[in-house]
Amino acid sequence: MVRLLNWLDDRFPIRKLWDEHLAKYYAPKNFNFWFYFGSLAILVFVLQISTGIFLTMHYKPSSEHAFASVEYIMRDVPWGWLLRYMHSVGASAFFIVIYLHMFRALLYGSHRAPREFVWLLGCIMYVLLMAESFMGYLLPWGNLSYWGAQVIISLFTAIPWVGDAVAEWLRGDYVVSDATLNRFFAFHVALIPLVLTGLVVIHILALHAVGSNNPDGIEIKKHKNEDGVPIDGIPFHPYYTVKDLFGAVVFLILFLGVVFFAPELFGLFLERANFEPANLLKTPSDIVPLWYFTPFYSILRAVTYPLFGIDAKFWGVIAMGLSIVLFFFLPWLDRSPVKSIRYRGWMYKTALTLFVISFLILGYLGMRNPQNTDLFLFSNLVWAQIFFFVYFGFFVLMPWYTKWDKTKPEPDRVTFK
Amino acid sequence: MDDRIDNKRRRFLTKITAAAWAVGGTVAAFPFIRSMTPSERAKAAGAPVVIDISRLEPGQMIKEEWRGKPVWIVRRTDDMLQKLAGLAEKLADPDSERSEQPVYAKNVHRSLQPEVLVLIGVCTHLGCSPITNFAIGPASGLGDDWPGGFFCPCHGSKFDLSGRVYKNLPAPTNLVVPPYKFLTATIILVGDDDGGAA
Repeated sequence: MVRLLNWLDDRFPIRKLWDEHLAKYYAPKNFNFWFYFGSLAILVFVLQISTGIFLTMHYKPSSEHAFASVEYIMRDVPWGWLLRYMHSVGASAFFIVIYLHMFRALLYGSHRAPREFVWLLGCIMYVLLMAESFMGYLLPWGNLSYWGAQVIISLFTAIPWVGDAVAEWLRGDYVVSDATLNRFFAFHVALIPLVLTGLVVIHILALHAVGSNNPDGIEIKKHKNEDGVPIDGIPFHPYYTVKDLFGAVVFLILFLGVVFFAPELFGLFLERANFEPANLLKTPSDIVPLWYFTPFYSILRAVTYPLFGIDAKFWGVIAMGLSIVLFFFLPWLDRSPVKSIRYRGWMYKTALTLFVISFLILGYLGMRNPQNTDLFLFSNLVWAQIFFFVYFGFFVLMPWYTKWDKTKPEPDRVTFK
Repeated sequence: MDDRIDNKRRRFLTKITAAAWAVGGTVAAFPFIRSMTPSERAKAAGAPVVIDISRLEPGQMIKEEWRGKPVWIVRRTDDMLQKLAGLAEKLADPDSERSEQPVYAKNVHRSLQPEVLVLIGVCTHLGCSPITNFAIGPASGLGDDWPGGFFCPCHGSKFDLSGRVYKNLPAPTNLVVPPYKFLTATIILVGDDDGGAA
């Protein structure tokens, strides 16, 4: 074994890579619960790729056979139901894990210098993940798949002058059709997973170059021993590989609990209207995207006033785009001298709390009819418009409230809480 | 042979090689991008359709399909037509100035023959298919002064019985009127109007 390893090591830097990224990658010793989600994201990604590959063995990407082939997977393919439910629940699990992973960054300032590039890569991957799940959602060719794709592609028609041509090019037809399904399949199973895999590697390489953040938001590289090893660092392997394996077990218990006992999660992970094949003459009574898109969908619908003589539709699309693009700018919008929420003042704590509340409420409203009154006092539309401003306020006002905020002094060495 | 490095020559060669690759790359991208536009088969499927309306009763609607989109044909009653004129104030584009329709449908009833309405049943907001609500007043569930029309369940846009959109709702323009012509008194061809001459 050792001889084989030596033989390989002479031809490929296997030991060097092992040391650099695992055995001698020193991560801060004070990681807490929030630091599980990076490795969990990798786990879900691997699950999605593996179940996805096996699903393609039975799925047929054509408007005539797609719906039936999914039913075939569910009923006739041995264990097909498990592959399919793991994949569909996996999509939602992916977003849960990624949202918590991103929230961790906002808690402890993981997105700030010197980790801006890690954050930017993450944001790009988040956008790609949205594209991936949106395209995957068309594949079962259910009625909601169909009309969801119709609505989202129509967003491109809001682009002045070339909008219609762009939408036609994306669809490959005058409406969402077989051509659209086929190309979405190509993007969903080949292009995007390929790009995502590459970006995951760069994300980790970039992280390992600058080093992991920690709940105190201070740099462990400031204090090194005579060997150049951070005093507050511990080797990723075995310490964090074991910790992450434990986290993965807990995650899998919850994940498989949903897969086995509530794979549709009451219409939240698989929507009822999608158990009907696509019907281009009948729109489902409520077109609702899956839960992970609903905050942005709410923002799109909240804009109902034309501005500067341009339709509300155009501004709605702009606002929705901006609500995602603003994430990219967070490292530069934040002017606080400290990174971790532990040493920030009341302003950032309040802003972050309000942001999370607005994200959740916008998400809820995005699943409801805008004309109804599901909360109290105002219609869903008015509430969405109120939280629209809370959401954007978090980003737009950040340079000021983070600067005025009274911070506590950061400790010199990491602490355990 | 002179073994000094001629940097000027080297940079020049690098630049024209890069330029050649940039031009070649752009040209090579063209067929790939172009392959995603509608195919000949998709274009052929977009041919005009013939619709028989001889059995369409006043106040009723039929749904057909053209280019994969729902086409609605409504035979409006006199009562329905009379209500159209008084709605202008509530509408976003009552005279169809900003909306898409053939010239012969740019009028209050938005059609060739006043009673026969031909529309693309796709909301101009984000492409949902609105539902019909011809009930009048409270029975419609859309307010006491609802004169009958169409309602988009996705984002709440409302349209009158000419497909004209109500004010301050997400849909920017009136429902689209496709090009069409009457082949006989009761047969319509949707998708072709001899260039608007019909």
